[in-house]
Amino acid sequence: MLLIPCPWCGPRDETEFHYGGQAHVAYPGNPAALSDEEWARYLFFRDNPKGAFAERWNHSAGCRRWFNAVRDTADNEIRAVYRTGEPRPVTA
Amino acid sequence: MSRLDATSRIDRGTDLRFTFDGKDYLGHPGDTLASALLANGVHQVATSIRFGRPRGIMAAGVEDANALVQVEAPFSEPMLTATTIELYDGLVARGLSGQGRLAAEPDPARYDAIHAHCDVLVVGAGPSGLVAALTAARSGARVVLVDDQPEAGGSLLGSAEQLDGVPATTWVSATVAELAASPEVRVLQRTTAFGYYDDGFVLALEKRTDHLGAAAPAGVSRQRVWRIRAKQVVIATGAHERPVIFADNDRPGIMLASAARTYLHRYAVLAGREVVVFTTNDSAYAAATDLADAGAEVTVVDARPEISPYWAAECARRGIAVRPATVVIGTSGNGRVTSAHVVTAVDGSSGPRQGIGCDLLLVSGGWNPAVHLYSQARGTLRYDAKLGAFVPASELLDVRAAGSARGAFTLAACLAEGRLAAQDALTALGIAPGDVPLPGTPEQPEEVPGHVLWSVPDHREDNAPCSSFVDLQRDATVADVLRATGSGMTSVEHVKRYTTIGTAHDQGKTSGVITSGIVADALGVDIASLGTTTFRPPYTSVSFAALAGRDRGQIFDPVRVTAIHPWHVKHGALFENVGQWKRPWYYPQRDASGSFEDLETAVLRECRAAREGVALMDASTLGKINVQGADAGEFLDRLYTNIMSTLKPGFIRYGVMCGMDGMILDDGTVTRVSETEFLLTTTTGNAAKILEWMEEFAQTEWPELRVSLTSVTEHWVTVPLVGPRSREVLASLAPDLDVSNEGFGFMTWRDAEVAGIPARICRISFSGELAYEINVSAWDGLALWETVIEHGTPYGITPYGTEAMHVLRAEKGYPIIGQDTDGTVTPQDLGMSWVVSKKKVDFIGKRSHARAENNRPDRKQLVGLLPVDPTKLLAEGAQLLASADVPEPPVPMLGHVTSSYRSAALNRTFALALVRAGRDRLGETLYAWQDGELLAVTVADSVLYDKEGARRDG
Ligand SMILES: [Zn+2]
Repeated sequence: MLLIPCPWCGPRDETEFHYGGQAHVAYPGNPAALSDEEWARYLFFRDNPKGAFAERWNHSAGCRRWFNAVRDTADNEIRAVYRTGEPRPVTA
Repeated sequence: MSRLDATSRIDRGTDLRFTFDGKDYLGHPGDTLASALLANGVHQVATSIRFGRPRGIMAAGVEDANALVQVEAPFSEPMLTATTIELYDGLVARGLSGQGRLAAEPDPARYDAIHAHCDVLVVGAGPSGLVAALTAARSGARVVLVDDQPEAGGSLLGSAEQLDGVPATTWVSATVAELAASPEVRVLQRTTAFGYYDDGFVLALEKRTDHLGAAAPAGVSRQRVWRIRAKQVVIATGAHERPVIFADNDRPGIMLASAARTYLHRYAVLAGREVVVFTTNDSAYAAATDLADAGAEVTVVDARPEISPYWAAECARRGIAVRPATVVIGTSGNGRVTSAHVVTAVDGSSGPRQGIGCDLLLVSGGWNPAVHLYSQARGTLRYDAKLGAFVPASELLDVRAAGSARGAFTLAACLAEGRLAAQDALTALGIAPGDVPLPGTPEQPEEVPGHVLWSVPDHREDNAPCSSFVDLQRDATVADVLRATGSGMTSVEHVKRYTTIGTAHDQGKTSGVITSGIVADALGVDIASLGTTTFRPPYTSVSFAALAGRDRGQIFDPVRVTAIHPWHVKHGALFENVGQWKRPWYYPQRDASGSFEDLETAVLRECRAAREGVALMDASTLGKINVQGADAGEFLDRLYTNIMSTLKPGFIRYGVMCGMDGMILDDGTVTRVSETEFLLTTTTGNAAKILEWMEEFAQTEWPELRVSLTSVTEHWVTVPLVGPRSREVLASLAPDLDVSNEGFGFMTWRDAEVAGIPARICRISFSGELAYEINVSAWDGLALWETVIEHGTPYGITPYGTEAMHVLRAEKGYPIIGQDTDGTVTPQDLGMSWVVSKKKVDFIGKRSHARAENNRPDRKQLVGLLPVDPTKLLAEGAQLLASADVPEPPVPMLGHVTSSYRSAALNRTFALALVRAGRDRLGETLYAWQDGELLAVTVADSVLYDKEGARRDG
């Protein structure tokens, strides 16, 4: 079970959190201007890297806050956590 | 009797009575069931699952997967191993033939969970683990030491080792005493770390009262799961001796060499008098000499041509015959082994087969480090050709293996590695390690390298079925492995699943590496590159009861009830589970003959009351979310398909929310309380999901909007008062309220006192009838309900449940999200384009509604179905066909029935269905397939009752 450092509460067990998928996928400014393919790409396609991955978490059984984390998908190490709206920090 | 007078760890002063396979025996505290059986001369314990072969005790610890028993008293428990059951007075057990039987009655024991946090977790209290724990303890670190045995010492309990010139157990006692006196150290015996789960999280099962039998104190949990979060983990789990596979290697009396030594020293049990020791390495010689010293007649059969001079001399001194370059190729015996069949290699070829009489055949094929936890912690393993085993190979930041678990096999090395691992762990934590001088170990004889031998070829000439067992519990043989490789499997993971080797109690402890070795030899590949199967938790069996702990029944899945629930119970309601809620399903009444109505009769009666008189229901379970803030209107505009910001205080609007993909998520009403406050309702089962959905957008997409969300589901009790006479009842309850249609119009709300209780009354209807939904504080809910019933009695007021509610709404074509929809349905599919704003620039789901796929004319659409035979009730889920002439499969399906009921108002059955291009098929005949027949149905509009809406204003 991961130990996830909520930026609001500190380190807590993974079971207190919900996963929210890839971070920094911006809602398109004008969806109506997108082709079906462009919209489908926003809707259905996400990155799946081996290594550092910026993703969203919700501390649903805690402070109920959403935040972002950079997790290494190969070893599950969480390299950084940061608040929603902040840019992705540079990690090793 | 095989019990000796020697020094041991058992308490001979106390007798324990136990029964095995119907016979009574005596043992002592400190015994396991296995040691007590051996002490009583019982070697055959079980029979095997597939072939019914007699089976005995193969090991002395958790690696035994052979001596399977069922405990019958004090409480029945199946599939335990005799080597892991501590003996207690009154134990009743019997041997199994491969499969146990779960108790029919509930387990009266309590199970629990407990959390612990520490700097250093040490797993295993053998020599390495004890030194590691002591090193950490003396540094002042917070330490947890877990060990699966009743007392610390590990292999030192079952050997005659000396430390500092005195028995090693003296050093163990002193170390344990110091650890016990250290305030930051917690030592947990009878506790098995069974899994490692990321970030230093280790689960361990503590058996607290198993060993007490019927004397277990009440109020103490039988077992508990420790959830340990450790900054550093030292794995000192030791090693398991592995056998060599040969024909008929499964007879009772065939045992691992170290196990016989453990039975001798720890339990004072001499497991046999005539002993053959078959080994490939030096370690088994200690067993041979110790058993000879205890009075056994011993022969050593060593696969290696060259024998250690030291051990040769020790054997000679005791009159132990040693046969180099010799292997066991088979055994005989009627039940227990009576003879070992051996051949000696002469000039590179096999000599004649010879029999050596024995009642105990000890086997040692080398040692497998117990790398389970290390591997689960993502530590990589490396094949050590000298050991013939996989050993830890990674440099992990927070997990370290030490001692035999890392492939060290001398006592001196184990002690030194334990200290080093703890020092490294403490250094990583920035803690200065304490000073721990290591106890002196006797000088080690020079070792002759072991010979790696997985299995001895079957020399028998007849075509007897293979009896060279790799996993005894599974009755899986070398032939099974070769059948797997012969059919093309090249991965040990596939071979494991095909043969089931290692999938039961063994979990690869003795069989894993051997299987890899046999596969590698069969395929002609290097075992180092072939690797081993994944070590998955749990390391030993853990019962579901222990994993569940107290999280059972209501504590695991709470039952939610409304404030009016006691009334429903008192008045005989039957309940339906909706999510965690108990909702009244219907209220069966006694008929003239005194028996209760069935569902159909009760629902027809309840529906009739709502359509013709007055009825009420408990709708308190509806999800309710309070939305506040200056931007609340804008926020809801973005989430709902229609416009909410234009709603005026005092008014109510129906709304639908879609996902980003345009599919309906939920529906409900939105009440504007004030300029900055809305109250919205959700489907009962969707309340938490919708609140989270809204929170996600408030926090992540539109943090600039000033809005806050609060669940108020349980704050309100909600009672719809429904039917043409509801106005009269409400008027009598709220004399100050103008209940006329002109004064209190549809889709508006008023605050008023109802029977003296402050209430918010909403003119909304989920039945199509005139209706007032009365909302009061949950505290006043029961009083309100009882008063409404009292005032309504002269009007024949009738409580109705969810079934009647479903019928009433379906007659009006109102969909239930999650029943008539399934996540692939848009508002347009439901014929609800009117709820989708054309004016708004955007809302969640809007762009998806424009996707080509969502505009196909043949999408499934919600329609009504009228069975041609008006008495036939369609099955919900029934598939719909275009023709009664069913073609060859695949049969084109047009859709399915989503809701189906008998209607009092229509005086017939009807259904709702999702049908391809359904709205173009009105009047067509389709066929529903159910119970092996086709029922003709006519497609109709989804609104089957009062389409013009004449009834809603009374
Ligand atoms: Zn938090």
